[in-house]
Amino acid sequence: MAASQLAPAPSHSRLLLSGNEAIARAVWESGVRVASAYPGTPATEMLENLAHYPDLYTEWSVNEKVALEVAIGASMAGSRSFCAMKHVGMNVAADPLMTLTLTGAAGAMVIAVADDVGLSSSQNEQDSRFWGRFAHLPLFEPADSQEAYDMTLAGYALSEKFQVPVVLRLTTRICHVKAMVSVGERVAHESTGFVKDPRRWVMVPGHAKARIPLMYEREELLRAEAEISPLNFVVAGSDRRVGFVASGPAWMHVQEAFPDAPALKLGFSCPVPIAKIRAFAATVEQLVVVEETEPLLEMELKAAGIPCHGKDLLPRIGELAPEILKPAVAKLLGETLPLPAIKPTQVFPRPPTMCVACPHLGIYYTLAQLKNLTIAGDIGCYTLGAGHPWNALDATISMGASMGMALGLDKGRAESDRDKKVLAVIGDSTFLHMGMQGLLDITYNRGNVTVLILDNRTVGMTGGQDNPSTGRDIHGEVAPRVDFVKICEALGVKPERIRKVDPYQLPVLFKALREETKIPEPSVIITDRPCVLIDAFERQKPYTVIADKCTGCGNCIDVGCPAIHVKRREKVIKNSGKEVELQFVDIETAACTGCGLCVQPCAPEAIVAALPVQPLNFMKKPS
Amino acid sequence: MNSQSVTNILVVGIGGQGVMTATEILAEAAISLGHDVKKTEVAGMAQRGGVVSSHLRFGKKVLSPQIAPGEADLIVGFESAETLRWIHYLRPGGMVLMNTARLVPPVVSGGLYDYPADPVGAIRDLGIEVHAFDAMAIALELGDVRLGNSVMLGAIADRLPFSAEILKESILGRFRLKKPEMVEVNARAFDAGRAAVAQAVEVTV
Repeated sequence: MAASQLAPAPSHSRLLLSGNEAIARAVWESGVRVASAYPGTPATEMLENLAHYPDLYTEWSVNEKVALEVAIGASMAGSRSFCAMKHVGMNVAADPLMTLTLTGAAGAMVIAVADDVGLSSSQNEQDSRFWGRFAHLPLFEPADSQEAYDMTLAGYALSEKFQVPVVLRLTTRICHVKAMVSVGERVAHESTGFVKDPRRWVMVPGHAKARIPLMYEREELLRAEAEISPLNFVVAGSDRRVGFVASGPAWMHVQEAFPDAPALKLGFSCPVPIAKIRAFAATVEQLVVVEETEPLLEMELKAAGIPCHGKDLLPRIGELAPEILKPAVAKLLGETLPLPAIKPTQVFPRPPTMCVACPHLGIYYTLAQLKNLTIAGDIGCYTLGAGHPWNALDATISMGASMGMALGLDKGRAESDRDKKVLAVIGDSTFLHMGMQGLLDITYNRGNVTVLILDNRTVGMTGGQDNPSTGRDIHGEVAPRVDFVKICEALGVKPERIRKVDPYQLPVLFKALREETKIPEPSVIITDRPCVLIDAFERQKPYTVIADKCTGCGNCIDVGCPAIHVKRREKVIKNSGKEVELQFVDIETAACTGCGLCVQPCAPEAIVAALPVQPLNFMKKPS
Repeated sequence: MNSQSVTNILVVGIGGQGVMTATEILAEAAISLGHDVKKTEVAGMAQRGGVVSSHLRFGKKVLSPQIAPGEADLIVGFESAETLRWIHYLRPGGMVLMNTARLVPPVVSGGLYDYPADPVGAIRDLGIEVHAFDAMAIALELGDVRLGNSVMLGAIADRLPFSAEILKESILGRFRLKKPEMVEVNARAFDAGRAAVAQAVEVTV
């Protein structure tokens, strides 16, 4: 997605900004010179927005580890730096993080990590507050966009003062909520230059050992800072039966649900300001810790001898909300709440679908036709291939994991699985993020795996960001474009075992898959049609169904295109005596983009080009 | 601080319909009155036809961005069954404005689930004031389904604590900036939506 530079909103304006937009603004105002990220929900828009600001370098990095290393290098160079990632991205970046805490930062540095509490678009739910404890780093938790902005500014000030990277812990409910933000003006911070200092920057055992005591000293200084920080404050309340300690979005829910209760807000929540919490606890009858996911603070308070409630009342998974807090606390107080006036109505589920004409449809349709496969999948839109009607994906763990898992499925196969073919399915950006090493492991260790690289020339799931396979950078400007065939060859796949296939040509795809899975050595099939949501996609003339010709076989439904609808069902008894259900279809011509996938399995040739018509559906293709 | 003076509008539909954009336009209109505003989505993988509900809260001071069940003053439904899905979010005495369009997902057309027979009737049976209209038909009459968004906003324009003109200006301002040629037709779409509700045009599907 091209990101032209626009003039930033004027200083001191009041704007409706998402948490991510507010952070981008504050990063720019803080005089940051280098900012990096790999896209990931809900963190993506921080860098996407920063790319519009002048006077700083921004990049989409190939993965979060590299992104953090770029930010570390910039900090070493004496520049202020910023790095953003989603929660699982920090797992990837954990290796540099855990040693960065020893060197500290030269140029002030903030690392934003966004938890997808409630798993709106992630493979797990994890609590990034642990990183503050694990890496002995200060951690801030904003509760809305204004705080996200304020705490980013405060993060740079703290980082500067203690020469320490500051972790800004966000959740989806901070990143994507839009709220009013009063912004300030940019203060430039010129780079102070790299200062050669091997005992600080070269972390060999002898040097690192000397840094560990400094890290612990710093942690105690930071705890003292947290004790007096204005980011941690008490809101007085008249009803002292229950007092609350909360941080992040949970703080707003506490304020909303219990306006009369005393409450302690933790913004600078790690190192934990234990003395401040202990003093607050003494002013209330019972203390309830309101924190999303893990009972982290609750355990720490109990370890410090501060009695409190927490996960005995509140759920340990998913987001909190006022309607979750109110009954939990009512129970603690022995009160009952009135029941809601309207009960929820059961309505069919609406799982996310693949897009009309998505090039992945042909791939999963074909995989579903083939028998005896075990398919290791990866993270992206194509993970939807595990669902209805394809059921053509058997495992997903983490970015790039399809490669290693496929090799393990091959090497660890049971005698009963001897004839099974093992495949790995991965997208272009995911392959470049963390898949290449796995493919090297497959070739090096002579695995019997067929790898499908679905190159749709974008990071589709997060909204179409560029990556090294698109040939454009974060600003939409021309950048070197990687050649997947050459990479695979260089990683040790035989040239004759690498094929490029058009995923809209089902027979060709079928044949390629059949042949490559039969040969017991590493092979790669690269599909090369663009995502339908990006500019490179070209809409073709739509199709329609000749009702008289449709025999109800349902073959086209197996493609899984959302533009195909069943309009009538009919049960018939076949000659064999078996009852089958016929499904007669039509095509939503206004939504159809003419990819031709459904035409291919239609035996009676009932699907034909449609006459031009007015679009009939809300579902528009972005222009 | 209490939430008594906060207005809660829940906009629901499916990914791709423009639910989030519509809510953002409403939010901009609310700001123009000097209100505190928060807007949040529950949108799994919104781009891909999933369920989307967008929460808009505005007033003197807004704390939690989420509307709790039983607290929405107004539900704006961009799709028929989706309106029914979120109906328990309405407060007693709240109002529903809904599009009668039925967007049928593959799990329904594939026969795994049924589409509710009469979502409008089901909501009315709960004793709720509901105004239903075919925004898609109105948009088509004006020449483009994409006008459905402006039709929907026009339909709710007279039920808000700020004037219809402010909302209209908030829509047209966007187009003036990005697609000036679309200003006039969107103004007409807005007016048509407004008229549709004023005349209580009700289409039962």
